[in-house]
Amino acid sequence: MATRRALEIDRLIDDPKTKVICCCGSGGVGKTTTAAALALRAAERGRTTVVLTIDPARRLAQSLGLAELDNVPRKVEVEGFNPAGELWAMMLDMRRTFDDMIIAHTDPQRAEELLASPFYQTISTSFSGTQEYMAMEKLGQLVADAEWDLIVVDTPPSRSALDFLDAPKRLSSALDGRMIRLLTAPARAGGWGIRKALTASLALGMKAVSTVIGGQLLTDASAFMQAFNSTAGGFKERAQKTAELLRSPGTAFLVVAAPEPDALREASYFVERLSSESMPLTGLVANRTHPVLADLPAPRALAAAEALEAKNSAPLAAAVLRLHADRVALDKRERRLLQRFTRAHPDVPMVTVPALPRDVHDISGLRIIGERLAGNGKAA
Amino acid sequence: MTGKGGTGKTTIAAALGIALAAGGRRVLLAEVEGRQGIAQLFDTEPLPYGERHLVSAPGGGELRALHIDAEAALLEYFQLFYNLGFAGRTLRRMGAIEFATTLAPGLRDVLLTGKIKECATRTDSTGRHVYDHIVVDAPPTGRVVKFLDVTRALTDVTRSGPIKSQADGVVKLMHSEQTVVHVVTLLEEMPIRETLEAIEELQQADLRPGAVLINRVRQPRLPDRSVTAAADGRVDASRVRAGLREAGLDLPDDVLEGLVAETVEHAIRVATERSAAEQLSAADQPMLQLPDLPDGIDVAALYELAELLVEKGVR
Repeated sequence: MATRRALEIDRLIDDPKTKVICCCGSGGVGKTTTAAALALRAAERGRTTVVLTIDPARRLAQSLGLAELDNVPRKVEVEGFNPAGELWAMMLDMRRTFDDMIIAHTDPQRAEELLASPFYQTISTSFSGTQEYMAMEKLGQLVADAEWDLIVVDTPPSRSALDFLDAPKRLSSALDGRMIRLLTAPARAGGWGIRKALTASLALGMKAVSTVIGGQLLTDASAFMQAFNSTAGGFKERAQKTAELLRSPGTAFLVVAAPEPDALREASYFVERLSSESMPLTGLVANRTHPVLADLPAPRALAAAEALEAKNSAPLAAAVLRLHADRVALDKRERRLLQRFTRAHPDVPMVTVPALPRDVHDISGLRIIGERLAGNGKAA
Repeated sequence: MTGKGGTGKTTIAAALGIALAAGGRRVLLAEVEGRQGIAQLFDTEPLPYGERHLVSAPGGGELRALHIDAEAALLEYFQLFYNLGFAGRTLRRMGAIEFATTLAPGLRDVLLTGKIKECATRTDSTGRHVYDHIVVDAPPTGRVVKFLDVTRALTDVTRSGPIKSQADGVVKLMHSEQTVVHVVTLLEEMPIRETLEAIEELQQADLRPGAVLINRVRQPRLPDRSVTAAADGRVDASRVRAGLREAGLDLPDDVLEGLVAETVEHAIRVATERSAAEQLSAADQPMLQLPDLPDGIDVAALYELAELLVEKGVR
């Protein structure tokens, strides 16, 4: 059996050199809650912390005082919560972040034109990748603020943990203008040198592509891109800058995964990807495990339950024995899955966070999760 | 088939595919999100852009799989209407195809749903439909309406020509009696909220929501009358101890305490799931429960789920 390295959360959040913690993972694994719990714990241990959440459950957002979605950090002030440091929280508004990015980098008249462009309406709402791009953009702003001791980021809900890394690049290569120039160039007077290089059938292909995209959309896009690139410095450059930030030594990546095959498979891809890009992977949070709380082998429990059921006696005790046997089976399965992960990635430190039986949506629930993250995870 | 991420949408789509194929029918299981979920589920090689035999179903049926890739679909389309030959591949290498599908997100959806429509309407030499049913592992709840409601997407793609006529056909199919959107959920806060929102959105877009499939329902072990008290932490430890003794188990105190703690957690979960199920009933859609399979999901488990679906009246 592979021995597992322990992920020491307190050491990570107490280290003043840790500036950014990114919580990544596929959807539905408890990323948002984990990010909030980490931030809360860091604040209680003295750091001035901000947590950037993407799409928190409504009650969790409310408990953090995030009833309003206004795209700026707000200080979490709740009765009975008196952290040694500070906890601030915000919810990403992707459209607003995009607007702000444009306003900040262009003169007012230009900005107005850009914001009114029909193409802008499309990219700011329905592009896949915009949310990831804007999460990165916002993270970049928070870092630039220099007000924060520690920034904890929840990543957008996506099918794959990799989207957070890939989507901004995809978006920016679509928007950097090269392809648009290529598609609109043949129509322009004089054209491009490249036009000669295009064979007749390729030119036909280009024509087909621009036809399906639609002439109007291409024109809008082209105008938008020219205006944007000339002022804000281009999508690609901005995306590259934030990507560099993620590579810096102060950034830690945590992969959050439920002990389920799909989530762990995604976590594996992510681990491999980070290491191939030499990005700093700090560890895996195996979230919502179900450790056995009573030392009683399942076969004995089941045999005893059957004996009681046969006699039609002591239904409560029989039920207790059955649910214990269920839990033993579940625990065994989760351990097996996590061991498989450890065998494939022996160097990735891990902490298991036992599930709370209730959905977490208050400070005290987050505090308990924080305890469990720190390895003080005695299940209730 | 839609659902919040992590609810088991792909698993249930596959089980439904097998259930529908039972008794000799031909069913296509299609995925549109480029993540090879079907191949992973059935533990096969990544699927190409082409229909492949996946498994046989009880009674001579067949489940086939198709991984629909928007870029490949666009190339196929170009091939069909422009006869591009090798230039198509060059365009792809240059990134023009990816660019087209990225720049016009609606185009991507039209291509994906267009391929589904093509499969749905295709007939063999005898005039029989090649597929009796098509199960689509569709985008998650947040994006599904946009995906299916291609009318809206049409605003950003060309307004005439073959794509337009293809889209018109898709609109008709998606809004017809022949299409129904099932939602997979878990009995947890966020999935339920998203399920209710998706049903409302579907109705507003004049699409037909179907059943709510509640996945991974765990068996309540406690007698009904004990749940509320136990969820409050009130478990009669002495009664448990007496019962265990009766069964010949004389356990140390810490083990008994552990058992009680497990019982409280179980009861809280059961009570939470119950109120979650009540919330769901507000949607007034047919509901189907599927059990949590403690050994996880493999191909055998898919057949087990399919059998349950058939027992519950899926045909």
